[in-house]
Amino acid sequence: MTTARRLLGRLVLALLVVLGAATVAFAAIHLTPGDPVRAILGTSGPSQQLIDQVRAELNLDKPLTVQYGLYVRNVLTGDFGESYQLQQPVVRLIGEQIGASVQLALSALALALLVSVVLAVATAGRRPALRRISGVVELLTISTPNFWVAVLLLTVFSFKLHWFPVIAGHGVSGLVLPAVALALGMVGMFTQVLREGMERALGEPFVLSSRARGSSETTVRVRHALRHAVVPLVTLSGWTVGALLSGAVVIEMVFNRPGIGRTLATAIANKDLPVVSGVVVIAAVVFTVVNFLVDVLYRVMDPRVGRFSR
Amino acid sequence: MTGLLTVPSRVTGATRRLHVGLSLAWLFIGLLVLAALVPDLLAPQPPDAVDPAIALSTPSWDHVFGTDELGRDVYSRIVHGARFSLGIGLGSTAIALALGVLLGVVSATAGRVADSVITWFTNVFLAFPGLLLALLVVAILGPGTLNVIIAIGLSSVPGFTRLTRGQALVVRDSGYVRAAITLGQRKPAIYLRHLLPNALPPLLLFATLYLGAAIVAGSALSFLGLGPQAPTPEWGSMLADGQDFLDVVWHITVIPGLVVTLAVISFTVAGRDLRRRFEGRLPDAVR
Repeated sequence: MTTARRLLGRLVLALLVVLGAATVAFAAIHLTPGDPVRAILGTSGPSQQLIDQVRAELNLDKPLTVQYGLYVRNVLTGDFGESYQLQQPVVRLIGEQIGASVQLALSALALALLVSVVLAVATAGRRPALRRISGVVELLTISTPNFWVAVLLLTVFSFKLHWFPVIAGHGVSGLVLPAVALALGMVGMFTQVLREGMERALGEPFVLSSRARGSSETTVRVRHALRHAVVPLVTLSGWTVGALLSGAVVIEMVFNRPGIGRTLATAIANKDLPVVSGVVVIAAVVFTVVNFLVDVLYRVMDPRVGRFSR
Repeated sequence: MTGLLTVPSRVTGATRRLHVGLSLAWLFIGLLVLAALVPDLLAPQPPDAVDPAIALSTPSWDHVFGTDELGRDVYSRIVHGARFSLGIGLGSTAIALALGVLLGVVSATAGRVADSVITWFTNVFLAFPGLLLALLVVAILGPGTLNVIIAIGLSSVPGFTRLTRGQALVVRDSGYVRAAITLGQRKPAIYLRHLLPNALPPLLLFATLYLGAAIVAGSALSFLGLGPQAPTPEWGSMLADGQDFLDVVWHITVIPGLVVTLAVISFTVAGRDLRRRFEGRLPDAVR
């Protein structure tokens, strides 16, 4: 009962977030100095008739409140308008680019999870020297800016060793370095949370009882402690989606990879506000949906959540 | 968690190593501050002296960090760039702290309506990944040093607001504030004299830890060409400029990135140490 109400509350909040994103995007388009019509037609002498025509097409001649209503309605139906620069629907532009970004994000996520699980299982509750190594790795990966990691990887593996192409193509070889660069920033955070969770679990009675039954150290760590440490990791998912989205902007620029991040960066440089707004709204939707699903998943995974906290 | 068999000497060894790292962190922060305040003291060569004859030369005794594509001294540019990179970090953190404290205190003290409105906005904006929000603000304002400061500052306000609200609520319901109310003191006076001084220390601590993140965000935006414009020696933009010459020389890109990384590590280590000292007096939110 309370869980259902809480989830309903989350759903309402999620809808409000998307509405808020649309509002911010609308404000962004209208707060920006400069005339969108000029941005579309160029500054060199379009006739007044043409200007008026485009203005009417874009509903720019209507009062701001009406424009806002129309914008929100359009966003809800998946219409973000047309790019000023490319004269194409924003939805199509994003649709063409999003696949590459999703591919990059999922590979990076998988890689980061793999590395952190190995690191955490290997170092949790071990001798101080081993744990200190893990601590240093965590600090380094959290503090190192991902654009610098990307440039370093490019320098060493593409320019010096020629192992990977300089301009990332479509194949797997073009995906490796960007995925590593994007994954590295997450490894520190994941390992830290996993290791703390595992160390907590390793002190629990069920670990002792498993050991008493003669389970090997690996079994205890992987089958018991790790399973408990995964639950707190789930709460990081919001942070993770944020890191992947903002990371994609930088990484795609460095490796010259197609994707939604590069589309965004280019659109910002060109003041292509409909594209910027579209990407921001879609990012907010993805972010909200993931958080909502995780919240549900979290309750399924750990029934204690929500039962004791109001 | 520490085992019973831990040898005391090992513990002191660990602490000593910790202190070495900590001292190095503070030393680097000191150097950065010095570079930002009096760059000429650390780097007598002008940062924008162009000399095509020595363009793209690798590190040597004359130019310890080498020269860039225009023959400018990279070391000099990094020292003179500290002002911009640190300035962006400090400026945006100051904006986030000021607005966050204001909104958080209002949210905690000005009644239900204000609280719901502010909390709703905070939740909505917290749902955006930070850098994305900053990018949106830069898209509206246009590139430039001040705009990047505003963008990063504004994108960080929700986090500070939520933290302040939590802090202020704890203090508001504490014994001494109730006592002050019972003694008949007026509310604004209580907020100014009791609530703010007690809610502030953890926030300042969070701000220290946040500084590193703000510096990275600033250099990331500059790296994307949205920060200080050429020929400003900002670290992120230096790194971006050097990218075109990666096939020839590595130092123009690698060294500025290393400096950003060291700065972030130093602020993180120093911030964590401060947090450790305040431990127990802080809410869990500052973690």
